[in-house]
Amino acid sequence: MKTFTFTLGGIHPEENKISEHSPVERLEIPGQLFVPITQHLGAPAKVLVNKGDQVKTGQLIARGEAFISANIHAPGTGKVSKIDVHPDQSGYRKTMVVIDVDETEVWEDGIDTGTSIIRSIPYAKEEIIQKIKEMGIVGLGGATFPTHVKLMIPDGKKVETLIINGVECEPYLTSDHRVMLERAEEMLVGVQILMKGLGVNRAVIGIEKNKPDAIAHLSTMAAGFPGIEVAPLMVKYPQGAEKQLIKSILNREVPSGKLPLDVGCVVSNAGTALAVYEAVQKNKPLIERVVTVTGKNVKHPCNLLVRVGTPIQALIDKAGGLPENSGKVISGGPMMGKALNTLEAPVTKGTSGILVMQQGESLRKEVQNCIRCAKCTQVCPMGLEPYLLAQEAKLEKWDMAEADKVMDCIECGSCLYTCPSGRPLLDYIRVGKSKVGNIIRTRKN
Amino acid sequence: MSLLTLSGSPHLQTDRSVRGIMFDVVIALIPALLVSMWFFGLGALKVTLVAVIACVFFEWLITKYLLKAASTVGDGSAIVTGILLAFNLPSNLPAWIIIVGALVSIGVAKMSFGGLGKNPFNPALVGRVFLLISFPVDMTSWPVPRFEGYMSLGGITDAITGPTPLALLKAEKLAELPGYVDVLLGNMGGCLGEVSAAALLLGALYMLYRKVITWHIPVSYLGAVVLFSGILWLVNPGIYVDPLFHLMTGGIMLGAFYMATDMVTSPMSKKGMLLFGFGCGILTILIRVFGAYPEGVSFAILIMNAFVPLINKYMKPKRFGEAVQNG
Ligand code: SF4
Ligand code: SF4
Repeated sequence: MKTFTFTLGGIHPEENKISEHSPVERLEIPGQLFVPITQHLGAPAKVLVNKGDQVKTGQLIARGEAFISANIHAPGTGKVSKIDVHPDQSGYRKTMVVIDVDETEVWEDGIDTGTSIIRSIPYAKEEIIQKIKEMGIVGLGGATFPTHVKLMIPDGKKVETLIINGVECEPYLTSDHRVMLERAEEMLVGVQILMKGLGVNRAVIGIEKNKPDAIAHLSTMAAGFPGIEVAPLMVKYPQGAEKQLIKSILNREVPSGKLPLDVGCVVSNAGTALAVYEAVQKNKPLIERVVTVTGKNVKHPCNLLVRVGTPIQALIDKAGGLPENSGKVISGGPMMGKALNTLEAPVTKGTSGILVMQQGESLRKEVQNCIRCAKCTQVCPMGLEPYLLAQEAKLEKWDMAEADKVMDCIECGSCLYTCPSGRPLLDYIRVGKSKVGNIIRTRKN
Repeated sequence: MSLLTLSGSPHLQTDRSVRGIMFDVVIALIPALLVSMWFFGLGALKVTLVAVIACVFFEWLITKYLLKAASTVGDGSAIVTGILLAFNLPSNLPAWIIIVGALVSIGVAKMSFGGLGKNPFNPALVGRVFLLISFPVDMTSWPVPRFEGYMSLGGITDAITGPTPLALLKAEKLAELPGYVDVLLGNMGGCLGEVSAAALLLGALYMLYRKVITWHIPVSYLGAVVLFSGILWLVNPGIYVDPLFHLMTGGIMLGAFYMATDMVTSPMSKKGMLLFGFGCGILTILIRVFGAYPEGVSFAILIMNAFVPLINKYMKPKRFGEAVQNG
């Protein structure tokens, strides 16, 4: 079978997929749910409930009114005890709807909680987009871009291919892997719905070859779904980055500052396809997701089906508690995830994993002079010169950083990972990106 | 919970370190050192030890008493400079001259610019060229190795010295040139590390395998040498030797794999590396054939070192999305 990959750069960190054989378990709903009103890329949703209101599971509690925004639904049944600020995963206090959960769960009317799989899709394109919008579906890969916006193709653009990202190239994470193994058929129906919503008749599911079971299973299942193919991908980070994945599968390069749309495709994630299935076929809003809880010292590394709004502490408890020598807790994978400063922060739609690192693993290397070894340049998947961008940011040479394409950086971290001198390349480049981004915006206005 | 470490992503870093890279270079240089000891006896070991110890000592001294900074000796780069300097010296060079060379390499060419990573020129080559200009007689009287099937532990007496193949060439004594087997194995006059192409290649393969170097600079360097000397040879085989001879004599192997590839003083992009190696190759043959010195590797690489900032400025890596493909 042909293996696909991208050509520029890339690295091979240790995979450490400790939890890949643990089937998804359901985590019981905690006593209190903290539901942020911004769980997506875009404007915050507008809260529709008041303190003291009784809400059912799946009830709309905040509406995404802006063009780029998403609806938020109650992830449990109970009373809204307050609408107040609470620390989120960034460590900042953000507005959240706090629900005191009742003992018995009552679902909102119209939601099908049964397990039977519905394959026929009797909806037109517009109905599909509308349903996805209503159910608050966003990209579950981490970027949390509202899915319905992705499906609305602007006039003049043509899309031929839907790419489903089942790569999971981040070390440790296994949630998409488990979804592809355990919920393959529903996921494939979800892919069909997305194809219909986009009006394309080809979809390619990209999976890294370190998941041979998922490749085999989905390839067999996909035989019953015309137009859906599986593409085995070389194990190389960042294979799952949107631009790299498109390059691997279609051999097209999204130009600087452009979107996948501009090369005729749309990329969505494997977990998102499952959420789309549940939204359209079962009327079920996005209120739960699979989260990997893992780490070298974690007692029971696992994949949990978790309600949005569950405090991260509850996930760690389920996995055997925080090990003694823990030094860092990360939301997401070790390459692009965020270090958390509080375990009170809740799981959101974009939380793919919780990784606990030991003290020894969590500190950066000692920083030495740049030895100009060019390794950062060789591994950069965007063909940038990280040593130079970092230097320009340090010296505040914003115009030079812009000319050297600092805005093309996808923040994959390959450069910092590879630098033998332990230089904080991406930290500087992030500063450069935000400054140059501001300069570009003011220039436009 | 304030005990948790907060830092930006990524949260993983490679095990590779500067020290590890330098250590790999040292390992790669061991076969050539052994061969030079085989041919030149303990004199080779003595030169290497004096150069290494002097380089490390000067770096330590300068960081501690002049810069008053944390010592950088631990990164191992002074050891590499020392070995490379030694490899560019004849085996009978008096110790005090070696020490002067080490001082120039470390003090002038490296630490005065700010230490490892900041120096524009290859420190070992600067030291070598300084010695060549200051002590031309000592630097060009090469002990003749005598391959007698045993390790000549007593070393070769300083009395027996002779010209290098390249010096013979410069003097237009083509008939006295050694044969190919001798030059491949290193049985000819020359610097410590210039003598065995085979041992140098072995080490170079190790560096390629460990990804300490990439193929770009050596291949374009050697390619340019073959191309340019080949054209000259085809034009007039009576005066010019063939490319193979050029490749295997003098410092080309050492230069192409160990000196021109020095990370600090070579370009960052692959295109830049190819251009840099090509320039080194052309300049080497130009100096060898038309210049005043019999050997041109050191000068060629130093001249190209001077172009590196310019090359880095204009030869950018291939950016993703640069060539818009639609197929
Ligand atoms: S983080 Fe940015 S600069 Fe660094 S390797 Fe990734 S894309 Fe390149
Ligand atoms: S990897 Fe580190 S040491 Fe090497 S060139 Fe890049 S910044 Fe410099």
